[in-house]
Amino acid sequence: MTPSEAEPLIDLSEVGRTYDDGPAALAGLNLRVARGEALAVLGPSGSGKSTLLNLLAGLDRPSTGHVTVDGLRVDTLSETASARYRRGRVGMVFQFFNLLDDLTVLDNVLLPAQLAGAARGRAAARAAELLERLGVARHARVRPGRLSGGERQRVAVARALMNRPPLLLADEPTGALDSASGADVRDLLRDLNAEGQTIVLVTHDLALAEACATRTIELVDGRVTRDVRAVAR
Amino acid sequence: MNAVPVRGSGRSADGALGRTGAHPASDSGRSGGGGALGRVVRAGVGRRRTQTAVMVLTTLLSVASAVLALGLLVASGAPFDRAFARQQGAHLTVRFDGAAVTPERLAATARASAVAAASGPFAVASLRLSADRAAPPGFAPPPLTVVGRASPAGPVDAVTLTEGRWATAPGEIVLERGSEPPSSGPGARLTSGGVTLTVVGIAESVGESADAWVVPEQLTALAGGRPAALQMLYRLTAAGTADEVTAGQKAVTAAAPAGSVTGTRSYLDVRETARESTAAFVPFVTAFALLGLAMSVLVIGIVVSGAVGAATRRIGILKSLGFTPFQVGRAYVAQALIPGTVGAVLGVGLGNALAVPLMAEVAEVYGTTEVLVPVWVDLVVPAAALALVAATALAPALRAARLPTATVLRVGPADGGGRGHRIRGLLGRLPLPRPVTLGLAAPFARPARAASTAAAVTFGALAVTFAVGLGSTLVAVKADGDPDRGGDVTVRTVALPRGNPDTPGGAVPLPGKPADPAAVAAVIAGLPGTDSVYRTARAQLDVAGLKGGAPLVAYEGDTAGSRHTMVSGRWFGATGEAVAATRFLRATGVRVGDAVTLSEQGRTVRVRIVGEVFDLGDEGMTLRTGAASVAALRARHQPADFAVTVTAGTDAARYAERLDAAVRPLGAEAAVTGESKSSVIRAMQALIVMLTLMLVVVACLGVLNTVVLDSRDRVRDLGVFKALGMTPRQTVAQVLTSVGAIGLVSGLVGVPLGVALHGAVMPAMGRAVGTTIPPADIDVYGTPLLVLLATAGVVIATAGALLPAGWAARTATARALRAE
Repeated sequence: MTPSEAEPLIDLSEVGRTYDDGPAALAGLNLRVARGEALAVLGPSGSGKSTLLNLLAGLDRPSTGHVTVDGLRVDTLSETASARYRRGRVGMVFQFFNLLDDLTVLDNVLLPAQLAGAARGRAAARAAELLERLGVARHARVRPGRLSGGERQRVAVARALMNRPPLLLADEPTGALDSASGADVRDLLRDLNAEGQTIVLVTHDLALAEACATRTIELVDGRVTRDVRAVAR
Repeated sequence: MNAVPVRGSGRSADGALGRTGAHPASDSGRSGGGGALGRVVRAGVGRRRTQTAVMVLTTLLSVASAVLALGLLVASGAPFDRAFARQQGAHLTVRFDGAAVTPERLAATARASAVAAASGPFAVASLRLSADRAAPPGFAPPPLTVVGRASPAGPVDAVTLTEGRWATAPGEIVLERGSEPPSSGPGARLTSGGVTLTVVGIAESVGESADAWVVPEQLTALAGGRPAALQMLYRLTAAGTADEVTAGQKAVTAAAPAGSVTGTRSYLDVRETARESTAAFVPFVTAFALLGLAMSVLVIGIVVSGAVGAATRRIGILKSLGFTPFQVGRAYVAQALIPGTVGAVLGVGLGNALAVPLMAEVAEVYGTTEVLVPVWVDLVVPAAALALVAATALAPALRAARLPTATVLRVGPADGGGRGHRIRGLLGRLPLPRPVTLGLAAPFARPARAASTAAAVTFGALAVTFAVGLGSTLVAVKADGDPDRGGDVTVRTVALPRGNPDTPGGAVPLPGKPADPAAVAAVIAGLPGTDSVYRTARAQLDVAGLKGGAPLVAYEGDTAGSRHTMVSGRWFGATGEAVAATRFLRATGVRVGDAVTLSEQGRTVRVRIVGEVFDLGDEGMTLRTGAASVAALRARHQPADFAVTVTAGTDAARYAERLDAAVRPLGAEAAVTGESKSSVIRAMQALIVMLTLMLVVVACLGVLNTVVLDSRDRVRDLGVFKALGMTPRQTVAQVLTSVGAIGLVSGLVGVPLGVALHGAVMPAMGRAVGTTIPPADIDVYGTPLLVLLATAGVVIATAGALLPAGWAARTATARALRAE
């Protein structure tokens, strides 16, 4: 089924997640995110932010409820189908970049396309385009260890966008950056969203949420306690 | 320093330490028990189950094979030695010409310098004794050494009566247990030259001084009035080595009149024959023991280094709590010694258990039931193995001890960088799927670890190659070492009885009169499907310079279908040519090209040895020649066998059925030529399979261990790959490729090493059993087999990596991505 533009990109219905006998990380969460939205998820440590992100990325499964992304029931996918889902429909950006230190910047960016078996020429052109657009093209042949934090995060974003995923997940993307680099990444995410990229952003950084998000929710003990749409950005 | 609980100090800080609130300063003198160091060691062992299992298994393997090899080497002669000592066996048996020396002069040789004690002189003769009713018609009895001896007792060779009594009067004879002919127990009657003797007892002479004994006056009658030869039995003051025995022999010869000595025999030759069936095991079990030890050193080195490398943070925490470098080092040595000790103890048990069936036959012959592997072997081997384990663990343990505390506590996220960027970059450009190129590049990131994996796989590939070669050679030896098994169909001119030998009260019926060979030959020649046929007949002949003579097989007809393998020289062709087995040549000192004199009842012929044939039958003493070459001897041959080769396209089984039906009325029988059977070779094959499997399992576990360590180090990278969409199958492919390439290279290195080891061990095995294995049976590795063996490395590596590859594919991605 081809998802219609009118349908939300993300649809969480009564989603709960508990680990062993501990308290619920998420409890009866209902959430819809429209295409083109930039959703910031705020909340204290242990509130369920990372659990939500993992469920959206297909890295974890809910104990109860349904998770649908881009028309696909993510919670029912096999391991292999989950991998294919991540490969094609989700891009992920992490606090500590998670670039592979032994690959060059270009090789890092190419990796999702290579795993998907994309044609070499087309993948190379797409990687070059992304590196150019994100301002790190001159570093294509160097290893990530020689870049600044902000540059590394730009490379990570380029890698996340390589397969043109409808959804970009960002986990504390400025958490490991100095303020100048943080502002740099903030601008980048805002620009991407302005171009129509749907973003879910987990952060403690209120400034980041205010700058980038079109909508902000706050989680406390696995429940949404606040859901605010930005009037204007 | 007070106890400092370190609850929550990180996953690497062992939980046991956090729970106990260790007090290391008060623990400096103890490495086990209830002390903190002991708990650290125990926790380290328990936490790393895979590595611990690998260490147990590798030590078990090396100790078991070393105990077996050393046990066989040291103890296989023990049953003989004990029985020989009990009987005060003769170190030296010397035969003198009765016409050239008086008994009084011989008695004086007992005072020769090297002689400790002597018995004799006894009159001795070589006689053929026929059972008056039991011998099948046509069978010529072999010549026996009969000694005239009044009593079994004496200062040397105190013969043990096992049945009946000693001969006390003419007309009585006592048979040696080993030479007792069938159906000739006490009460049986034997004849020789018209003299009838009644068997009154069975006795055992461990040194094999005689095949039978009679009272001295009887021997004179048996010898036909001719002056009998005389036998003296000596115990020497020193007889531990062949040189000492030779020195004794020279002293005795010097004390006797010149030219009176006609033959000597050392007890060492008898001893060598006694331990022959086990001696063949020693070379290859030793090779496996050395492989096992090398593998132990390697695997323990890998495991302990890996444990130290993976526990850098844990070491830092231990040191920050007050553990001294010495304690840290000792903890890691102990972590290797605990599984090492378990493996060593189990290995001693296994080595002894394996030795029992191998040596049971030898023990049974000499009536001993003692523990076969000496206790000192059971103590020294594991002690040496554990010393090796400790020494191997010491280097990485010392590295752990010297790690600066502050540095190791600052260790951040795992370094996924590694080395070899350039070559890894190049591999990444290969037109292969990305998981494959990532896998191919992985070994270059950690070359030391890759090298240790490669070494483990190399040993595995070496062991497989060696074992396949051993197995193939043993199969070839079994097939080629029996020249009597010729043609497709064998016809015996004496049909064996078809009754049930276990029928109560009924003795096995004796075979009937042998069929007329000419009539059988005519039937064979007339049967459709016959291609070629030759006839063989056995006889026991006197050979100049050889006690007891040697078996001879005389061939008649077209020997093209004879399955013989030459060690050197060629098969006989012209009349007067013969081939001999290895031990015959060694025993007589004859070389290929020399002539040998054969005699029978005073008639002699000379044959020239033109080749050394590979022949394991009859203790390697058989001579083979054309019937025309020995016709002048008019020897009493045993009934003939025919070896028939069928024409191409003829079914041997059906041919044998038709032939059997045709020759049965003549008193003969025909059957498809059977495979040779050897319990020793079967036991060897079973042992080889077991030892090889153990080595391969250890190699696989060595690979598993390094892949586990590698996956642990690269857990963040694996998480990233999965987050970017790497499927479980791609993850498995990546991990398997990373070791598959190592496996391929290791196979290419291990296979030639295995071939070389096989080439060194097989001749040694041949020497151990007194034969020369033909080069054709050693050269068993054809190109297709070598190509197949070269893949053994890939198979071992991927088999070892399969499990951790699966674990890697199931890595909890979310947690891995947050790993710091």
